[in-house]
Amino acid sequence: MEERGATVPYALATVGLLLLVWGSSWGLFAAPGEAYMGDVQRIMYVHVPTAWNALLALTFAFVCALASLLRGGWQWDARLEAAIEVGVVLSALLCAQGAIWAKPTWGVWWDWDPRLTTTAVMVFAFGGILALRRFVDDPARRAAWAAVATIVAYADVPIVYFSVKWWNSLHQMQSTPETVSRAFHWPLRINAFGVLFLMSGLIALRTRVAALRLRSELAPPPPLRSGVAARVPAAGGAS
Amino acid sequence: MVLAALRKDFLLHWRARARLAAIFGFGSTALLLFSFAIGPSAEALRQHAAGFLWLALLLSSTLALAESFESEMQDRALEGLLLLPAPPRAVYYGKALANCAQLTLLGVALVPVMVVLYDAGTSRLPGLLGVILLGSAGLSAPGTLYAAMTSQAKAGQTLLPLLLFPLVVPVLLSAVKATSLLILGDPMGQLGSWALLLGAFDLIHWSLCGLLFGRVVEE
Amino acid sequence: MGGLALAVDASGLSRRYGRRWALVDVSLRVPAGTVVMVTGRNGSGKSTLLRVLATAIRADRGTARVAGYDIRSAAHEVRRMTALLAHHSHLYEALSALQNLQVAARFLGRDAGRSALLPLLEETGLADRAEDPVSTFSAGMRRRLSLARVLLQEGSVVLLDEPYGQLDPPGFRLVDGLLTRLRAQGATVLMATHLLERGRALCDEAIALEEGRLVWAGRARDLPGDGGADPSSLGAAGA
Repeated sequence: MEERGATVPYALATVGLLLLVWGSSWGLFAAPGEAYMGDVQRIMYVHVPTAWNALLALTFAFVCALASLLRGGWQWDARLEAAIEVGVVLSALLCAQGAIWAKPTWGVWWDWDPRLTTTAVMVFAFGGILALRRFVDDPARRAAWAAVATIVAYADVPIVYFSVKWWNSLHQMQSTPETVSRAFHWPLRINAFGVLFLMSGLIALRTRVAALRLRSELAPPPPLRSGVAARVPAAGGAS
Repeated sequence: MVLAALRKDFLLHWRARARLAAIFGFGSTALLLFSFAIGPSAEALRQHAAGFLWLALLLSSTLALAESFESEMQDRALEGLLLLPAPPRAVYYGKALANCAQLTLLGVALVPVMVVLYDAGTSRLPGLLGVILLGSAGLSAPGTLYAAMTSQAKAGQTLLPLLLFPLVVPVLLSAVKATSLLILGDPMGQLGSWALLLGAFDLIHWSLCGLLFGRVVEE
Repeated sequence: MGGLALAVDASGLSRRYGRRWALVDVSLRVPAGTVVMVTGRNGSGKSTLLRVLATAIRADRGTARVAGYDIRSAAHEVRRMTALLAHHSHLYEALSALQNLQVAARFLGRDAGRSALLPLLEETGLADRAEDPVSTFSAGMRRRLSLARVLLQEGSVVLLDEPYGQLDPPGFRLVDGLLTRLRAQGATVLMATHLLERGRALCDEAIALEEGRLVWAGRARDLPGDGGADPSSLGAAGA
């Protein structure tokens, strides 16, 4: 595992943060209020980018899991750990944002919206994988199990979504609006890229932390001692 | 090979049938406690009976699944099997099928308890059996995979429900809905769609988990 | 095994458990049909070596071909050709002695009938306890059953980890007899043991491990007095 400079990740994260500040201040304060929903709708400027990127992080985790199982190498396991963590944080944020939107709008904290409910289930599923990692000491086993669990959890996402959607459709539909109206797309796009860069920077930084920890866990190659022949032809019928 | 594994697992389950009785006791107690939580309103109990049944089954499954790997890990019998060599996939399917049968049996045994406690019966018994079978299959597939992991890890008992429950949300939703329709009536004929969803879940997980099992038991 | 020259051809085998290297750069060539004694202190890596060769655990470094098959890429074939007697009994406590053998026989594709397996139990002195659950067995009896299971596999490379452990004098004679028979059948045997006198008498070759490294190899009868317990008593490697 080579040591790579941290400049790029920090740069990414900083650019992301700046974009986020720009897009959010535009959307949250400067853009005109939405006609029907009012100011609380502004949360969409943060909510939608978070949603896209949470899914992106978990998809990246799925890719890392596949790579870890099929190609091997500690680097993929380090990336997996980082991607799951960032994905869980973003998903949890998503649920919090959903609650913040729902309370003033519908009067309840949780409206069982299919997408948000699926996200909540994913927080628990992937959070559980993080817990699993903590309970396994052997790095090789930890990598294999985390990869397997990630693949199964990710494969579950569409099924969870559909089942919750059908389940919810039998009752009155209280939906979260899809997005903001056309005129306000720019703050949204800026924020989307902002979160993307910030997330990429965070994943890269977190990967370095995971890689360093792996390095400390795995003993370095054993030194070859002189004075003892390492290769020994087995004495047999020949000798 | 799968047949050999199945015979082995049925033999082990048969030898441990006393424990199955204990798990049934646990499930029945859970059903009883749920009714205390709701209160003696017959109407409310009947409405939620399906939910209670599947919650009880889900909780019982963690006990049953964890136990199914105890005998494998005790003297590293599982390792002994794999070294014969036994294909990991065959070992998985044998265990998962045996676990599925056990959970189905458990579910069927809990139905009379549900009928008595919640006045929630149905005349469509084949349908009920089908739903219990599909739901148990949905719990067993990922459950066997994860039980294999957690039986080798520290604090395995706590980890298994933590890992399994979020994954089987679709099973819980569909099975409860389907059972509810069987008990309370199905005017719009939705039972088929829920059964289909259960079937899709089962298909995906029985293939996926079988594929991945090998990576979970190697050292 | 036909005209195969080497039963074991290992190079640079290393295996770590976390921070500790249990096996360090072990290279070994064992001609087919040889009976090899593996000695060394507790924790010197004897079990690890046998388990790596049996593909029960993977090697972190190095390569090996056992019975002509690579332990990494052809593990399934290696398992077909080898049989391992490990520290753990590999038995199902809830099942009877006969049932344990029947489970193994079915996976091996052999006749699992009572009449086919009873001779094996007679040979290992367990015929009168055939129907009793293993949970009622003493440690010595479990060992005998594990031995029966190993014999059932008819491996051409047999790896025995402390076969004399837990056994009584009749049990010792049983293992002696088995070794003689295995040699007569042309099987290759690697036996880890502390019983040096017995080993010198029954084995062709011997190797000694110390802290995971190979420190001695040669003819069994030439093995120095304490068999590797004191490194200073060993000469340079090679016979």
